[in-house]
Amino acid sequence: MGEKRKIELDYSQLDSERMRLNVGPQHPSTHGVLRLEVELDGEIVTDVIPHVGYLHRCFEKHCEKMEYPMVTPYIDRLDYISSMNNEWPFIMGVEQMMGIKVPEKVEYLRVIVSELNRIANHQIAIATFGLDAGAFTPLLWLFRDREMILAILEKLSGGRLLYNYFRVGGMAADIYPTFKEDVLAAISQVRKTNPEILNLLLLNKIFIDRTASVGILPADVAINYGCTGPMLRGSGVPYDLRRTEPYSIYDRFDFEVQIGKGEVGTVGDCWDRNIVRYREIEQSCNIIEQAINQMPMEGDVKEAFPKKVRPPKGEIYCKAENPKGELGFYIVSDGKNNPERVKCRSTSFVNLSVLPEISKGYMFADLIMILGSIDIVLGEVDR
Amino acid sequence: MGLLNRLNEPFEGGGIVLGTVEDILNWGRAKSDWYLQFGLACCAIEFMAVNAPHFDFMRFGTIPRTSPRQADFIIISGTVTLKMAERIKRLYEQMSEPKYVISMGSCSNCGGPYWEHGYHVLKGVDRIIPVDVYVPGCPPRPEALEEGMILLQKKIRHEAIFNKRKRIAEEDKKLGLNIK
Ligand code: SF4
Repeated sequence: MGEKRKIELDYSQLDSERMRLNVGPQHPSTHGVLRLEVELDGEIVTDVIPHVGYLHRCFEKHCEKMEYPMVTPYIDRLDYISSMNNEWPFIMGVEQMMGIKVPEKVEYLRVIVSELNRIANHQIAIATFGLDAGAFTPLLWLFRDREMILAILEKLSGGRLLYNYFRVGGMAADIYPTFKEDVLAAISQVRKTNPEILNLLLLNKIFIDRTASVGILPADVAINYGCTGPMLRGSGVPYDLRRTEPYSIYDRFDFEVQIGKGEVGTVGDCWDRNIVRYREIEQSCNIIEQAINQMPMEGDVKEAFPKKVRPPKGEIYCKAENPKGELGFYIVSDGKNNPERVKCRSTSFVNLSVLPEISKGYMFADLIMILGSIDIVLGEVDR
Repeated sequence: MGLLNRLNEPFEGGGIVLGTVEDILNWGRAKSDWYLQFGLACCAIEFMAVNAPHFDFMRFGTIPRTSPRQADFIIISGTVTLKMAERIKRLYEQMSEPKYVISMGSCSNCGGPYWEHGYHVLKGVDRIIPVDVYVPGCPPRPEALEEGMILLQKKIRHEAIFNKRKRIAEEDKKLGLNIK
């Protein structure tokens, strides 16, 4: 027997066989019909390829075939969780092209319904993200509150989920008598539940362990990929269209743009993105409160309706701050009843494109968390 | 159906229940349907709301399963695109018998708002898989989906279990089909 030789292995140099795994399109945590092709080294993700198109519903084709007012229902169905916010940039674009100035009351009503819908959207985002992490109770609580908001929007527009409420030059229907009380009641309920959610979910030790310093998105990468909304703000960039380029009457309200500060981990991790959403709920409550107190209760919301929606020849890009980020519509008009072309800059699609970049090197279970924290809606990704 | 009519009354003198096996089996099956947890589009959000406390889908005895092999029925909640149709068919085929399908929303009933210009939308999921209950609406109200569930339970309760193949074969014969 010769002497024992000590063999030193550098494990990082060992080349193991890569495995390709297919996640989706019917996987419960892909938030819809997204398919991810994941390359794994053991349990470490080395590559992710998102495959989209399972919900391609020909939105842009429909826009070319439909008259302007008929396009709104299809816009609802892009990001079906926040329909009110979706309609705004398109309607605003058409109004700008036609030179319509909407009454004060309509502007306030638009702000209120959009912010209500923003709360509802963030509630779903936090709830489903908690579900991905294994927390079921927050979902039940948040959905209970969401029903209150949906009840208000339903009384206004007639729809629970897809509203078709915005019209060129106004709104489809006026407010109902107890509108103000209902909104204030909903806000106070949201404000009551919010700290409970904070304690139950966001400050939960298990939750922090799973999300802190996971899926870190540095600010420069976020800007390079064109991320917007809580994705970008979570990385510490205070970019909010409501503040940076105030549209409508957002310059009249007092609210703070929330950014991620890396309180429990690194700036731009999954936890930061969710705390931004959580704090935006509070800010939305503030905006609604200010708006409902300033809003003129008298007045006609259908005052500025044009006889015929027919914008002059030209083109416009109009954008607004959606709960998920910047949603923009590029509308080309040739002076007819139908738009010649509508291009949608969809938030979720752009935000999703950063997924391969930020999920490399994490565990497979973390990939699900990272995907959940992006908060995509497949209707908007695939259009 | 003698048993089912008397279920609410106490059985005197001990726990003996008489009924046909078919009745009892169907009664049990109707009250414990597990569904495939699976969402497609906007209707899936409404479906989530049905699961949430306000509407509480689980009081119908339903539990979400993430694997099609454990599911009794599938709710097609949303737009079925051509790319997805293949997957849905495969999901349906993976489910074990007896299996049922609820088609939720106009999109999966007939194409919904996309019926005319939707070049990538399947105009009705019944073109690829058999549907038991259609729930109309865009999206259907949660109450509508619940009624669909009640209808499905009704259907399961009145189903024939025994000699099913034989009966179907006879029907096929009448129609002139020759399926073994
Ligand atoms: S029926 Fe309506 S709500 Fe349901 S998926 Fe189709 S478009 Fe969406």
